[in-house]
Amino acid sequence: MSIEFLIASAIGVFAGAGVYLLLRARTFDVILGLTLISYAVNVLIFAMGRVRIGMAPIVAPDRAPSLASYADPLPQALVLTAIVISFAMTAVLLAIAIAARAATGTDHVDGVECGAAQRDAGDAADDAGARQR
Amino acid sequence: MSLAASGTAVLVLLPFAAATLMMATISPRSRRGAVTGAALATLAGCGIVAGLGPEVLAGNVLRWQIEWLPQIGLAFGFRMDGLAWMFAWLICAIGALVVLYGAYYLAPEDPPRRFFVFLLLFMGAMLGVVLADNLLLLVVFWELTSLTSFLLIGYWHQRGEAREGARMALTITGAGGLALLAGVLLIGNIAGSYDLDVVLASGDAIRAHPLYLPALVLVLLGCFTKSAQFPFHFWLPHAMAAPTPVSAYLHSATMVKAGVFLLARLYPALGGSEPWFWIVTLTGLATLLVGAYVAIFKHDLKGLLAYSTISHLGLITLLFGLDEPLAIVAGVFHILNHATFKASLFMAAGIIDHETGSRDMRQLNGLWKYMPWTGALAIVAAAAMAGVPLANGFLSKEMFFAETLAKEGHGLMELVLPAGALIAAIFSVAYSTRFIHDVFFNGEPVGLTRTPHEPPRFMRAPVELLVLLCIAVGLAPAAVIGPILASASRAAVGAPLPEYQLALWHGFNAPLLMSVAALVAGLLLYFGLQRFINLHRIVHLPRGGRDMFLFLIDRIVGAAIACTRAMQNGSLQRYLLLLVVLAVLAGSLPFVRSGSLLEPIASSTPAGAVELIVWAIGVLTAVATVFVHRQRLLVLVLLGATGLVVTLAFVYLSAPDLALTQVLVEVVTIVLMTLALRWLPAEGAAETGARAVARRWRDAAVAIVAGLGIGALVWVVLQRPVDSIAPYFLENTVPSGGGANAVNVIIVDFRGFDTLGEITVLGIAGLIVFAVLATMRRRSSTYAAVDGGDNDGPGSSLMLALVSRMLLPLAAMVSIYLFLRGHNEPGGGFIAGLVLAIALILVFVANGMRWVDARMQIDFRGWIGWGLLIAGLTGVGSWLVGSPFLTSSYDYPVIPLIGAVPLASASLFDLGVYLTVVGATVVALSAVSRLRAPDAVNPDDIAGMASER
Repeated sequence: MSIEFLIASAIGVFAGAGVYLLLRARTFDVILGLTLISYAVNVLIFAMGRVRIGMAPIVAPDRAPSLASYADPLPQALVLTAIVISFAMTAVLLAIAIAARAATGTDHVDGVECGAAQRDAGDAADDAGARQR
Repeated sequence: MSLAASGTAVLVLLPFAAATLMMATISPRSRRGAVTGAALATLAGCGIVAGLGPEVLAGNVLRWQIEWLPQIGLAFGFRMDGLAWMFAWLICAIGALVVLYGAYYLAPEDPPRRFFVFLLLFMGAMLGVVLADNLLLLVVFWELTSLTSFLLIGYWHQRGEAREGARMALTITGAGGLALLAGVLLIGNIAGSYDLDVVLASGDAIRAHPLYLPALVLVLLGCFTKSAQFPFHFWLPHAMAAPTPVSAYLHSATMVKAGVFLLARLYPALGGSEPWFWIVTLTGLATLLVGAYVAIFKHDLKGLLAYSTISHLGLITLLFGLDEPLAIVAGVFHILNHATFKASLFMAAGIIDHETGSRDMRQLNGLWKYMPWTGALAIVAAAAMAGVPLANGFLSKEMFFAETLAKEGHGLMELVLPAGALIAAIFSVAYSTRFIHDVFFNGEPVGLTRTPHEPPRFMRAPVELLVLLCIAVGLAPAAVIGPILASASRAAVGAPLPEYQLALWHGFNAPLLMSVAALVAGLLLYFGLQRFINLHRIVHLPRGGRDMFLFLIDRIVGAAIACTRAMQNGSLQRYLLLLVVLAVLAGSLPFVRSGSLLEPIASSTPAGAVELIVWAIGVLTAVATVFVHRQRLLVLVLLGATGLVVTLAFVYLSAPDLALTQVLVEVVTIVLMTLALRWLPAEGAAETGARAVARRWRDAAVAIVAGLGIGALVWVVLQRPVDSIAPYFLENTVPSGGGANAVNVIIVDFRGFDTLGEITVLGIAGLIVFAVLATMRRRSSTYAAVDGGDNDGPGSSLMLALVSRMLLPLAAMVSIYLFLRGHNEPGGGFIAGLVLAIALILVFVANGMRWVDARMQIDFRGWIGWGLLIAGLTGVGSWLVGSPFLTSSYDYPVIPLIGAVPLASASLFDLGVYLTVVGATVVALSAVSRLRAPDAVNPDDIAGMASER
């Protein structure tokens, strides 16, 4: 069992769980899914710098500034801002979810309850069309 | 570049400049100002063209050029040879006449400035087409003519037919323009340059290239749509909804000639091949016959002239298709002749329309006695159109007959071409006769609302001038037009011309016989039709083209709507599913292409028991979120655990900055979600129904495939050696950035511009949260907010409240410490900002907003603004010392007690980051915590917060 395998499989599990939740009908579930996908993607970008242990990119005078002695700082810099941005995205989506529920009375992602009325996809499509008009 | 050469640039830019000036200085309703401006511009254009004449007629090619986008071979330059000069002359001279004519034509209620500005814009675009020295530039001007034509046809936009005609013309000529662009790109690729000189010189290479045929067809599509060739001809009659000066200028003399101009222009590069002969000749022949035939049956004066124009354009196209130097001469000659007589006929039709209020030949009869002078002019011009001797049309038509007779080879075409030419000539005599007989003779006017009379003196002047020219050319062609024709034809053929003679009388020969036969048969045809069938009763509506066009447009719009409906049914789940499935498919491509991807290549790092346990916690909690996602408070605990595992991974894998950021963001996110849970159901309702189960299984399958795919992708990448630009950052972080922490230096220095964008996004996000929730508070009374929030005072948890207050100054100090050391050790603006934000949030949540508002008057929205301002100004500051945006400099001043502090201008930038992060985070979270739950809300809704109460 290598570290590489652990990272890859963890990313896969995070992404899979995230995708399943992303496809749910409740706003909160979608936000949970996006959070999990953010974990997966952030770790993925970070992992592109490969597995390095004990080589934080804090340059010291006694070690040559090369990839042999330090982890790749660029993916780290990219992921650092990505983490903050995914928080911003979560915050905006939560605000929209709250406002949407206040406006429509439901937390369904489409603003109407689909499952309760047992409508088939065709009806839902017509409804959606009518709403857009 | 000589003075004369710069004249070409001045010539093209002059109308645009004049139009801009007119928009700026003349009132929209000032007819005098608009006419003066347009007249001055066109006359100046004529002056320049005349001034350049001697040099061009002497055989020189004027070139003027500046670089525009040298990377794609696009130069901004103009080139004037004989052909371009002839067209420029046509455009400016007829432009000047049309301005004079239009000054009288426009009704008092028509806005004059708009009309003349459009006209000038068109003139500039048209001059650009004929003078462009680069094929790409030519296409740009080509499209501009389509656009200005659209504006001019739709000048009376209150009329439905004008709008429809404008749309149709734009669609067809615009689509042709796209085809032309594609063709030009092919030619440019083959020739290796878009420069006209190079392209014209590499005709042999182009014709021998395998892509010659596609290039030819695409370019011809552009030419044929513009010059209204069959089967694209139908837009031209509908364009007659334009004011008559526009019809005279654009739709007979100039714009529709752009297509045949391009045929002539590119003849040395594309002509001289079998495909050229067959496509161009047959298209020209079909257009010639269809146009001439339909023209006989039009009752509308302008309709007759429109179809006649189509027919004459077909004649010119046919001549170019014949692929003989003399045929090119005839074609160029006919371009000139047609422009003169057709423009004068359109103007005459406009005068008749203007003075009688009708263009219908069933009403207009016997006008001779009311307007004999106009009648006489129209008769001469119509005679030129019919090809009667002594008028210019006769000469080029004779040459046309001679060329169709002289063309050898191609089997049956030797017979078809002269026969078609003769039949078309008979038709053209018939419709020309009708134009004269039906309007000026043939009884009395029927049902006119006013008594016709001669137009104002100067409205007729342009017609007189043009008709005079028709006669002058007809009588003494060699003297009047010989040199111009020779230089233009030489440029079109691209080689020395064979001997030819321009003269009225060539002796008794076959072409003369054909002319006489056409005249006699045409007269017989017209009077026969009039006598035995009565043309007035035939209602001929050749609407096939229009119907087909509208049908196609309907179909395209219908297909677009169906496509949109299929993809956008209003269900977010459908969109997200499509997105995920497409992403999975795209991600699977590399695996499909190469099967050996999964074989390990490089060595791997072995994992111990601790790593395995942490991994297991992360994976299990992530999987558990799926199963318990309906119990929302519980799922947040699990999600937080997953986040902490990610944090540990960052710590272990040499990313201390990431670990710090991740753990802080984790705290903020979970707090925010918990706060938000009050306003959302604590239990997610399950989807019900038969389809819901199937959908869950389907989504699970998609999720498993996506997870396996992304995991495999990472696995494959991690097996491979890395090649990175990282050494650059590692080497330069201390010498150039002044900091040992490479990650922080990248964020605030190397990639500072990215970071500026990112904190802007963050700030906007914070404000969006605030704005969305604030408007919600205002609009919905059930969600009314009070300053105190829900958990007023220290009642909820006294311990937490007190501890949070004591913690705040400590946290602030840690935050400042993390900020200051960030350049050299883990820390920096993002991390320090989050630490302070969390401490503030803790105080807010534990003590309630009312308590906070009473003691702290800080508007954190301002922090976002200050942060962005400081970061931005830091970047601008480097301009002051002459460096590019965001260049940093640094020093290490020693502060007592603290020691050497790395003070880089990047630290100032980092301060901007810090303020923005604190501001955005606190604004977002306090906006949520300020919402107050109404009493009417379902108790379930606030169950999530029950523990806090």
